[in-house]
Amino acid sequence: MSTPVVAARGLSAGYGGQEIWGGATFEVEEGEFVAVLGPNGAGKSTLLRMLLGLIRPMSGSLEVLGEVPRRGNPAIGYVPQARTYETETAFRGVDLVRLGVDGNRWGPGRLLGSREREAGEAVRTAIEAVGASSYASRRLGQMSGGERQRLFLAQALAAEPRLLLLDEPLANLDLRNQSAMAELVGRLASSRGLTVVLVAHDVNPLRDLVDRVCYVAARGIEIGRPDEVITTGVLSRLYGAPVEVLVDSRNRRFVVGIDEELAHPHHHGAADEGAE
Amino acid sequence: MTAALFAAVGWNLARDVSQMLSYPFMQNAFEAGTVVALAAGIVGYFVVLRRSAFAAHALSHVGFAGGAGAALVAVAPLWGLLAFSVGAAAIMGGIGRRLRERDVVIGIVLMFALGLGYLFINLYQGSATDVYSILFGQIFGIDRFSVVLSAAVSLGAVLVLGAIYRPLLFASVDPEVAEARRVPVGALNVAFMTLLGVTVAVAVQIVGVLLIFALLVAPAAAAERLAARPAAAIAASAAIAVACTWIGLFLGFYFSPPVSFFIATLATGAYLAARLVSSVARRGGLRPRPGSRG
Repeated sequence: MSTPVVAARGLSAGYGGQEIWGGATFEVEEGEFVAVLGPNGAGKSTLLRMLLGLIRPMSGSLEVLGEVPRRGNPAIGYVPQARTYETETAFRGVDLVRLGVDGNRWGPGRLLGSREREAGEAVRTAIEAVGASSYASRRLGQMSGGERQRLFLAQALAAEPRLLLLDEPLANLDLRNQSAMAELVGRLASSRGLTVVLVAHDVNPLRDLVDRVCYVAARGIEIGRPDEVITTGVLSRLYGAPVEVLVDSRNRRFVVGIDEELAHPHHHGAADEGAE
Repeated sequence: MTAALFAAVGWNLARDVSQMLSYPFMQNAFEAGTVVALAAGIVGYFVVLRRSAFAAHALSHVGFAGGAGAALVAVAPLWGLLAFSVGAAAIMGGIGRRLRERDVVIGIVLMFALGLGYLFINLYQGSATDVYSILFGQIFGIDRFSVVLSAAVSLGAVLVLGAIYRPLLFASVDPEVAEARRVPVGALNVAFMTLLGVTVAVAVQIVGVLLIFALLVAPAAAAERLAARPAAAIAASAAIAVACTWIGLFLGFYFSPPVSFFIATLATGAYLAARLVSSVARRGGLRPRPGSRG
C-alpha cells in the first residue's frame, strides 16, 4: 500500500490560542471518499483549510500527499463553500473553469500554440466530466445553484488533482440535486481514482457513496463507517451532550438532541461556519 | 470657452474632422483622449468585475486634492493627481479585503482628501477656472507635456495589467480558490488599486473628477452586457470609451456645450443601449431552459 493521502497524528485546530477541536489521529487512503460531518462551527472548513496549507495546525502533525501541507499544491483541487453571483455577473462558466487550468500563471489571456490547445482541451474534458457542456458557456449569474456547483467542480478537476477537497457542495441544493451531485462526485472519485474529502451537513445523500465519515464536534473527531460513527453512543461522546440517532426504515440517520443548536444536522443557516 | 469660436460645423464629416484636427490643441486633445480612454476602458472592466466603483469614485476625489495642491505649488496638475491618487490607492489596497471595512476606509480617505482639497483651493489665489477644470475636465487646454506623460502612464498601466491579467482575473472572480492556488490575492489587490489610481489621475484631465465614471465605469458596464468573454468585454469596453471620447471631442469642438458633458451623455447612452440590447437578446434566443433555475 502506498503512503496515505492524508495522515494526521494528534492534530488540533484553533484560532488565536483557542482550540476548536483536537486529538485527531486518522489516515485517508488513496482513492477513498470521506465525508466530513458535524454541527455548525465545529471546524469542518477549518480542517479543509488546514489540508490546503492555508492555516497551520495548533499542534500535532499533518501530512498531505506525503508532505507538509503547502499552498498552491497542484495535486489538490478545492471547491470552497458556494459562492453566489448576481444575475448581472457576465463571467461565463467556461472562463471560470479555465481559471482552474492556468489562472495562477502570470501574463495575458491566451497561451501560445500547443499550450493553448491543451488548456482548451483540459477545460472541455473537465466540463464534460461533470455533465455541464450544454450550459457552460452561459453566464454564472444566469445559472441555477446546481449548475454553478458543477462548474466549480469542473474548475477543480481541470488541473487534474489527486485529492479533491469539497466544502459543502450539497448546501443550497434541493434534494434531487443533492443526490445527483453526490453521485457525480462518487462516480468521478471511482473512475479517476481520486481521493475525496467532502464537507456536508447531512450524511443521508452520501451514505451509500462514501467509504467513511469523519465526524467533527466539540469533544473530538471520530472517523469510521457511517453506521459505526453516527450512533447515539459515539455522537453523545463527541458532542459532550446527550444526543440521539434515529434510524428510519430506509436506514437514513437523523441526529436529534436536547440542544437543537448543537445537534441539528439539517440546519442550513445563512451564516455558515468557515465564512470568516 | 468652447472651440466653436474657431470654426463652424459644415455637415461634411471628413472636412469637419480635418478642419478640427488642424488646430494643435485639438490634436493634443485627441491624442490624450484616445490613450486615456483606452486605458480607462480596459481598467474599467476590472472595476466593474471587482465592484470597485466606490474606490474609483473616491480616488478621483482624492485626485481633486492632488490637482488643487499642484496648482498651489505651481506644478503641472497631473503630478498632483498622480501623487495623491496613487498614494490613496496604496492605502485603500493595503487594508483588508472585507467589504464592510473596505468601504469605511475608502470613505474616510475620500473625506480627508476632500478636506485637504478645500484647504488647498482656499490657500490658492488663482482663478476659479482652475478648480472647475479639475472638477469637470479641461481636455481642450491640455499641454504637450501632459499628453506625453498621460500616454506613458496609460501605456504603462495597460502593460502591467497585461502582465498580471490572468491571476488578477482569478483573484477578482474567485478569491478563495485563487488563494489556495497560491495566487497572491492581497498583493494583486494593492497592484490593481495602484493601477486604478494612475488611470483615474490621467482620466481626470479629460472628464474631470466628477464625471470620472463616464470613462471608468459606464463603458465597461455596457461592454459587460454585450460580451461575456473577458477579452471580448475588455475590447468592447475600450472601444466604447474611445468612441465616446472621440464623438464627445468632435461635438464639443463644434457646439457650445462642454466636452465632458458630451462624453458623459454618450457613455450613459451606450450603457442604456447595451442594457436594452442584452435584455432583448436574453428574452429571445438566449433564454435559459425552463425549470433550470434552482
